[in-house]
Amino acid sequence: MMKIGILIETAATQLKKTNLGAISAACQNGANELFALIFAGGIATHQEILQTYGIHKVVTISVSGADVDRSPELKARALIDVMSALKLDALLGISSTAGRDLLARIAAELDAPLALDCVGVDFTSATVIKSQFSGKTLALFKLSGTPFICGLRPNVIPPKMFPVIAENISYHITMEDTRRLLIRTIKKTAADEIDLTEAEIIISAGRPIGSAENFKILKDCAKALGAAVGASRAAVDLGFAPHSMQVGQTGKTVSPNLYIACGISGSVQHFAGMKGSRVIVAINTDPDAPIFYKCNYGIRGDLFEVVPALTEALQKQRIL
Amino acid sequence: MRIYVCAKQVPDTAASITLLGPREYENPAKLVMNPFDEFAVEQAIQVKEQAGTGEVVIVTVGGISAESMLRTAFAMGVDRGILVIADIRQMDSIATAEALHQAIAQDGSPDLIFTGKQSVDSEGMQIPYRLAAAFNMPIVNEVVRFLLENNTVSVEREIGSGIREAVDLTLPCVIGTTKGLNEPRYTRLPEILKARTKELKKIDINELELAPAAGKVELIKFFPEPERDQAVMLQGSIREMTLQLAELIKNTERSL
Repeated sequence: MMKIGILIETAATQLKKTNLGAISAACQNGANELFALIFAGGIATHQEILQTYGIHKVVTISVSGADVDRSPELKARALIDVMSALKLDALLGISSTAGRDLLARIAAELDAPLALDCVGVDFTSATVIKSQFSGKTLALFKLSGTPFICGLRPNVIPPKMFPVIAENISYHITMEDTRRLLIRTIKKTAADEIDLTEAEIIISAGRPIGSAENFKILKDCAKALGAAVGASRAAVDLGFAPHSMQVGQTGKTVSPNLYIACGISGSVQHFAGMKGSRVIVAINTDPDAPIFYKCNYGIRGDLFEVVPALTEALQKQRIL
Repeated sequence: MRIYVCAKQVPDTAASITLLGPREYENPAKLVMNPFDEFAVEQAIQVKEQAGTGEVVIVTVGGISAESMLRTAFAMGVDRGILVIADIRQMDSIATAEALHQAIAQDGSPDLIFTGKQSVDSEGMQIPYRLAAAFNMPIVNEVVRFLLENNTVSVEREIGSGIREAVDLTLPCVIGTTKGLNEPRYTRLPEILKARTKELKKIDINELELAPAAGKVELIKFFPEPERDQAVMLQGSIREMTLQLAELIKNTERSL
């Protein structure tokens, strides 16, 4: 039996759904003792949902002397403290922007082995599966040294209930602020958008979208789908979309349940960023577009006709 | 100001990777600078240009072929380079970061270290953090905006869905760069010619006094990700096809 810490991420006061897959990955049918690590901050402990998925101990961490929300460096140090006090053998988190950052800070500080963006993990053999060459191939790695630190790509492990009774533990740390790194502000540049790397559905467009304004038809469809909007490198480089929306080798690696590619031919680099999607649908005017040879469903048609029609079909479906 | 840039030579992003055995792949025809490291090189040069003084040193761990990448960086404006000769296919991020750390420490005392947020080949995503820990410096990764004023570095990083975090940190520090930070410059012939004469120091990795690694991430085997078959093409009018697609989406959601 291993003692595994799971770094729990919250969005506002909500427990992110992606946490549950990570818990299931660590659970291995009750083979391990699971600790949910949460920072205190006026949020409910989420004990009920966490114990349903197999968490044995809900550890709420509070810090005085420093504002850890404004320093990921100090947050990492607080987590290292907790890991050593609880004698954890492993730490698992989500490979989200925040998760990747914290896990890497902890591993670097502890000189511990780390694998990020994993699509599979096995604690018994200390192995992980992760992508290589930006998703062009997969590889199996063995991690040696302790603690074993791993970040899972969101949505890759389906959550599986494993009800237990969880115990609540509070852990208080006093630390001094080194003040060498400080988060000054958090700016929202676009409102109400779903994070691409954690999205369950993504609809994205390539060069044929033609302008930034035309992305509106995708945004409308995304709203009907509950999806995030992405873009190909070509669309980003032409200034139709910001870099933060780019999916592909030099952009974001995404793993939604459904990926709808509109007017994207399907370059090696684009596939590298989205081939981990469960279902890929392509919409393209060119019947010979490479994407049609490597996806699940295809629609031959102009995105300017197909996307609005799809939005309408989805809205109608909702009413029915 | 002494600025170091850590870069890696990687297979061209357009290339397919052909697996030859459990741990071998075909030597790619074209090798390039890791795209995320290009932003690091560009930013280092811009900092030096704005300061009007200083030196930019590029450091890499790799085979002899990496010399061409260093010459490209020289043509962009980097002053000199250090090539730690090693078989990087046998090294994990812990070992690579330690080699970079020792090569830099042996050369001088860094005020700023720039490096790409990750490599596009081995995708370890941790070198910036391990370098920072080795030098006991603060680090911010995935930086899309950089400003240096009165010894304080102000950066911005994307934290998903268009949200940006503004962070201040003190010098010396490590900055992990990503797309959006700048536009890496093109090299021109006069600079390419000048690049031939810039200093390039080669060190064998065995000459560095590397600290023993506490942990290790070892490649067991590569395996291809299962490819999808040809798409099922939906038939009918646009309206009919989108109705079918809406139905498929509903079923996909239900099956999860």
